[in-house]
Amino acid sequence: MKPAQFAYHAPTRLEELLQLLADGAGEARVLAGGQSLVPMMNFRLATPETLVDLRRVQALRELSVRAADGALLVGAGVTQARLLREPAVQAGFPLLAAGVAHVGHPQIRSRGTVCGSLAHSDPTAELPALALAHDARMTIARAPRRREFPPGSTNRTQPWNSQSERRELAADDFLVSYYETAVEPGELLEQVAFPPLPDGAGWSFRELARRHGDFALAGAIAVVAPGRHARLVLFGVGDRARRIASVEELLLRAPAADAVPGDAAALLEQIRTQVPALVAAAVNPSGDVHASADYRRELAGTLAVTAIAEALERAR
Amino acid sequence: MSEQLPIRLTVNGAELSAEVEPRLLLSDFIRHRAGLTGTHVGCEHGVCGACTVLVDGEPQRSCLVFAVQADGAEVETVEGLAAPGAELHALQQAFHEEHGMQCGFCTSGFLMTSAALLREHPHPSDAQLLDAISGNLCRCTGYQNIIRAVRSAEAKLAAQAGDGTPAAAPAGDADGA
Amino acid sequence: MAREPLVGRSVPRVEDERLLRGNGRYVDDIAPAGCLEAAFLRSPHAHARIKAIDVSLARLMPGVHAIFTGADLHGQVEPMVFQIAKIVPPPVRESTGAWSRVHPMAALPTERATWVGQPLAVVIADDRYRAEDALELIELELEPLPAVVDPLDALAPGAPLLEPEWESNLALHYRFSNGDVDAVFDSAAVVVEEQFRSHRHIASPIETRGVVAQPDPYDGRLLVWSSTQTPHQLRDFLAGALRRSPETLHVRAPDVGGGFGPKGAIYPEELVISYVASALNTPVKWIEDRSEHFLATTHGREQVHTIALAADADGRFLALRDQITHNCGAFNILGLVVPYNSLTHLVGMYAIPAVDVEMRAVVTNTGVTAPYRGAGRPEAVFAMERIVDRVARRLGIDPGELRERNAIPPSALPYETGMIYRDGTRQVYDSGDYPELLRQARRLVSDEDWEARAGAGREVGIGYAAYVEGTGVGPFESASAQVIAGARVRVAVGSASQGQGHRTTLGQIAADALGVPLEAIEVVGGDTNAIATGFGTLASRSLVVGGNAVAKACAELRAQVVEAAAGLGFEVGADDPLPLGPMAALTPFNPGRPAGAPAVLRAQAEYYPGPVTYAAGVHAAVVAVDPRTGEVEILRYAIAHDCGRAVNPQIADGQVIGGTMQGIGGALFEELVYDDEGQLRTASFMDYLLPTASEMPEFRTAHVDVVSPLNPLGVKGLGEGGAIGPMAALANAVEGALAGHGVVVRSCPLTPDRVRALVRATEPPVPTAQETT
Ligand SMILES: Cc1cc2nc3c(=O)[nH]c(=O)nc-3n(C[C@H](O)[C@H](O)[C@H](O)COP(=O)(O)OP(=O)(O)OC[C@H]3O[C@@H](n4cnc5c(N)ncnc54)[C@H](O)[C@@H]3O)c2cc1C
Ligand code: FES
Ligand code: FES
Repeated sequence: MKPAQFAYHAPTRLEELLQLLADGAGEARVLAGGQSLVPMMNFRLATPETLVDLRRVQALRELSVRAADGALLVGAGVTQARLLREPAVQAGFPLLAAGVAHVGHPQIRSRGTVCGSLAHSDPTAELPALALAHDARMTIARAPRRREFPPGSTNRTQPWNSQSERRELAADDFLVSYYETAVEPGELLEQVAFPPLPDGAGWSFRELARRHGDFALAGAIAVVAPGRHARLVLFGVGDRARRIASVEELLLRAPAADAVPGDAAALLEQIRTQVPALVAAAVNPSGDVHASADYRRELAGTLAVTAIAEALERAR
Repeated sequence: MSEQLPIRLTVNGAELSAEVEPRLLLSDFIRHRAGLTGTHVGCEHGVCGACTVLVDGEPQRSCLVFAVQADGAEVETVEGLAAPGAELHALQQAFHEEHGMQCGFCTSGFLMTSAALLREHPHPSDAQLLDAISGNLCRCTGYQNIIRAVRSAEAKLAAQAGDGTPAAAPAGDADGA
Repeated sequence: MAREPLVGRSVPRVEDERLLRGNGRYVDDIAPAGCLEAAFLRSPHAHARIKAIDVSLARLMPGVHAIFTGADLHGQVEPMVFQIAKIVPPPVRESTGAWSRVHPMAALPTERATWVGQPLAVVIADDRYRAEDALELIELELEPLPAVVDPLDALAPGAPLLEPEWESNLALHYRFSNGDVDAVFDSAAVVVEEQFRSHRHIASPIETRGVVAQPDPYDGRLLVWSSTQTPHQLRDFLAGALRRSPETLHVRAPDVGGGFGPKGAIYPEELVISYVASALNTPVKWIEDRSEHFLATTHGREQVHTIALAADADGRFLALRDQITHNCGAFNILGLVVPYNSLTHLVGMYAIPAVDVEMRAVVTNTGVTAPYRGAGRPEAVFAMERIVDRVARRLGIDPGELRERNAIPPSALPYETGMIYRDGTRQVYDSGDYPELLRQARRLVSDEDWEARAGAGREVGIGYAAYVEGTGVGPFESASAQVIAGARVRVAVGSASQGQGHRTTLGQIAADALGVPLEAIEVVGGDTNAIATGFGTLASRSLVVGGNAVAKACAELRAQVVEAAAGLGFEVGADDPLPLGPMAALTPFNPGRPAGAPAVLRAQAEYYPGPVTYAAGVHAAVVAVDPRTGEVEILRYAIAHDCGRAVNPQIADGQVIGGTMQGIGGALFEELVYDDEGQLRTASFMDYLLPTASEMPEFRTAHVDVVSPLNPLGVKGLGEGGAIGPMAALANAVEGALAGHGVVVRSCPLTPDRVRALVRATEPPVPTAQETT
C-alpha cells in the first residue's frame, strides 16, 4: 500500500496555487489535510499526477467572525481541530462545534480541514450537513484565463494575475452528489462562511455510528425557531446531505414558545407520527457492509424525530 | 527516476535534511530514513494509529502525511519521550506499571496520542480521554489497562509539575518520570 | 530459609522497557544492508484458470530486480503439503471414524487460483514503492471459473470443485455418537432445534505478517526472520519445501506484534521469500500490508450448526444433536485441529447422557481458515449456549438457574465425557468447580438496577456463556538453561512470545526452580539456533507445556550447580538460594575457573504433557438494547474463570480481558463478508471494525482457580479463554433483552441493522408516506 508517483508543489501565494491548479489541466489536485486523499492514494484508488499543497498559503488560514453579519469565515487551510479550539466557535456556533467533534478522532482532525471535508463531499460526512443546516456559503476561486499580452506590452510585472475569478454558492448548490461538488477541476474551495443560527433557534445534532468516531450510518440535524425558521438536514441516506422540505414546512407551522402548552404536545405527537414517513419518502439511501438501505431509511426517520424534539426543547 | 525534493525538519529536536520522493510517506521516512523504528505501521490508511507522531505538537498519522509536507516541521516520536538511558517518561512508566501493553506494537502510538492529550488537557474528562485514545487500535490489551495507565500518568505529571502548571514535559526532556 | 516464591506474584514485566522506548525489534525493523523489497501480485478472482502471466514490461521498470511466477518456482519450491492436516490419531478414528484429506498448495500456482488474494507472482525491487509500481504493469490473463463461497453450498450436488481430483468439496468428516439419541429425542418433554451460524472473523493483530530472508555469504546458510508463532515448524517446513537440510536454515521470530493463531500457520509467502533470497543471493524483505492481511492471512470461526437439545420438564438435559459444517477456505491446512475442538468443547460443563455430533468440513473459494484464538471452541460454545437459552426460554426457567442445574458438580470430577481428545487420549475434565463459576458470574451482575441504568426506551438483557477449555496440548515443548557470565542464567524455550509476557512468566518459573532472583534470568525464545527443537506458541499451551519444560530444565540445572558448588566447597541446602556468584567463574575460557570444575553448566529438558488440563469460565453480559435503532450497549461484562495456578495474576488478567475484548469485537462489530463471487467486501479497517477503547465495557472478574493436578506447576492455559464466551453471552443477552418481541438471534455480529431487523420482523408494517400525509 504505497502511493504512485506524483509531482508536488507547495506554493506560498494563493495566485500561484490557483495557477498551478489551472495549469494542471484537471490532473492536478488540491492537497489539504490529506486525511481522505492520502488513504485513497495509498490504496492506489487515486493516482493524481500533481498535488498542489495549500499548507504554505498564509491567506488560506483565515478563521474569524465577520463583523458585518456575524458569519464565521473558515479558510481552506483551517483544520477541524483548530475550528474546535477556537473560542468564538465554542461560544457562538455550538451546533458546528458539536457536529465537528464527531469527525474522526483528534489525530484526524489535527490535519483534516473543514473545506477539505466539504470538497470531498462524502455523503456520510458531518460537515456538508452542518453547512446546509447553517445556510453556509462557499467561495470558489480559480486563476483567470491566461491573458495574451500584446507584443511590446509593459504590463508584465505580475506573473500571477491577482484578479482571480471567484464565485459564491449556497451550500445546497455547492453539494452535487457522491464525492462531487460544484468545484471544477482547476478550482479551489477558498473559504466557507457559516452564518450564525437565527436568534432563539434551538438545534440538535444526532448521528449513529457503529463505533465512536466512525462515519455515521445516518445522521440528522435540526434547527428550529418555532414559527420562523426550520431546517432538517439528513446525511448518510443518499448521494449527499439534504434538507427535507416536507418536514421543514411542518416545523414552520410549529407554535411559538409562548403558545399554549397543549399545542406543543400536539406538535410533538404530529412529529412523531408523521416525520418518519416524510423522511422515508424523501431519502434514497444505499446499503453497504455496515447497514442496509432499509435500515438507514428507517434510522433517518428515528433520528429526525429525536433531533427535532431536542431542537424544540432547546428553542424554548 | 522521479524527482527528489529537499526537505529539512527536526525530529526529536535534531535537525535532519534529506532528499525525498514526493510520495514517500512520513512514516517510512521516520522508520527507514531517520532510522527511528519505534514508530510502527499497522494499516497505512489512517485507522490503527500505530504510526501516530506529533507534528508541531499535534498528534497525527504519519502514514497519511507525505514527508515533503513535514518540511520545516518539528516531529516528535516515541524515542523522544525519554532520552536514552534516562528515566522513563511518566507515561512510559505508567504503561509499564499498569500493564498497559502486551505485544507493544500499538504502544508508541498510544504514548504519543496520550502525550498530546495530557499536554492540551492535563486533566482530561473521560470523554476527552476516550475520544483521543479511540483513535488508536490495540488488539492485545482490551484497553482497560491503557486507560488506567493514562490516568496514572496524569497523576504522575501533575505531581511532577505541582498541579496547575502545564502537565506534560516537552519531548526530549529527560526528566520524564 | 526458603525464599518467597515469585510464581503467583504480579511482578512487572521485564520486556516492557525496550518496547516503551521504541527499541523493540519487529520484523520490519530488521534492515540488512542492500535488502530488496517484495510485493506480491494476487488473484483478483476467487476461482480462475491461469492462462498467462506476462511480466516482460514490468521487468523493465527501473529499480526492479526480478519477478518470479509459479512457472519460475516449478521444480525449485515443492508444493506445500500440510502433513499435519492428515493426522488422525487411531483412537480418534476408532471413536468417530474421522478422516481428513489435503491437496497440495503451490507456493505460487501455475494452473488455477482458488481464492481472491492468493499470491500468483512476486516482484523484487529496490523498495516497496517501486515493487508496487511494477505490479501494475504485469499482465495477468485469467479465465474466471464458477466459485463457491458458502460452506453449505459447497456440499450441494454440482457445486464447483476446489480440487478436481476429489468427487466433492468435503475435506474432513467425523461423527461421534454416544447413547440412543433418537430414542431420547422421541420421548423428551422438550426438544428445541435451531440453526446457528458462527460468522467469519480475522484475528488481525496490529502488526501484519512479514519475512526477511538473508543468505549468509560465508557458509550459505539462510537466516529467515518471520513474524511467526512457530519458528521451528517453519524451519522444518522450509527445509522440506526448499529441499535443504534444516541445519542450513536459521529461523528467528523477533518481537512479534500480536499473533492470536494466524501467525502459527505456514504461508506461501514465507517459502517464496526464502527461495527468492537464496536464488538472488541477496537479502529480501516482504512486509504484508493491511489489504493483503485481510485477503491472505488465515481467517477463522466460520461454522454452521444445526443443533437440537432435548430436556425433561425440569430442564435437565437429556440428549444433544449437532450437525456442523465448517468452512476450511481454499485449503485444508490444519485438519482436525479446529473442527475437532468444536466436538470436544461442544458439551462443555454439562452432563448430557446422549450426544450425536457430525462434522463436515469443506473447502471453498475463500481465504484459508486456521485457528484463531479459541480455535473451534467459540463456534461450538455459541451454538451450545444459544440452544441452552432457547430451552430455558421454552421452559420459563432462568438461564443461569438452568445452567446450574445441569453443571457437572465438583464431586463428579475427574469426569469422563466418553469422547477422545484430539491428542488421542480419553477426555477427562481433571479439576474445577463449575457450579461455583456460575454462581460467581451471576453474583457479578446482580448488584445493580439495570433497568434504571438503561433508562427509558431501552430494554435490558443478561446473557451467559459457560465453557470448558482443554489447555496445554502436546506433543511437547523443550527448554534449556545455562549458567552464563555475570552470574546469570540463560533460559531458552521453543515457544516464543507475541505479547503474552513469557520472558516474565517463564522467568518467574525459572527463578523459583533455580532459587535465584528474577534479574538473574534471561529468557530467549523464537530462535531455532537457541534451542534445536520446539513446537511453538499456540493453543493456550505455552505456560502449561513450555512452563513445565522450563521448570524441569531449571531443576536439573540447579542440581548440577549444587553439585559443582559442593566440589568448590559450598554446601547448598535444599531450600537455600543458589549461590550463582561463585558459579559464574564456571564458564568456558574463564581463566579464573578452578581446576577440575565443569566448564559448562547446562541442562536441557523436554516436557511431554499427559492429557490436557481443563480451564473453565462463565461469562455474563448485561446489555441495554434500543429496539428502535438496534443499538446495543454493554452495561457490564463479567467473567468468572479458572486458570489453575496464576503465575502472574496481572498478566493473567491482561490475557483474559484482552481475549474477551476480541470476542466482544466479533460479537458486535467484526465480520469478514464475501459476496457471491468470492470478493472480500471488508478488506480494510474502514469496513472490518475492531473495537476501540470507547467500545470497552465495564469489566468485572472473579477467580475460581482450582490448581491442576496434571502438571507439576498446577497451571492451566488461559491465552484463549476470554475469546470463547462473548459471542454466546452477548447473543443470549440481546435475545433476552428482546424476549418480549420474540426474536431469535441466529448469528452475529449484532450490528444495529441486524438487531433492528430482528425486531422489525416482529412489528406491524409501518404506514407509508401516502397514507399519513
Ligand atoms: C480514520 C479516519 C476517520 C475519519 N472519520 C471521519 C468522520 O467520522 N467524518 C468525516 O466527515 N470525515 C472523517 N474522516 C475524513 C476527514 O474528515 C478528512 O479530513 C476530510 O474528509 C477531508 O479533508 P482533508 O483536509 O483531509 O482533505 P484532503 O484529503 O486533502 O482532500 C480530500 C479531497 O478534497 C479535495 N480538496 C481538499 N481541499 C480542497 C479545497 N480547498 N478546494 C478544492 N478541493 C479540495 C482534494 O483534492 C481531495 O480530492 C476520517 C478520516 C480518517 C482517515
Ligand atoms: S499505520 Fe497509520 S494509522 Fe495505521
Ligand atoms: S499491545 Fe499488542 S496491539 Fe496493543
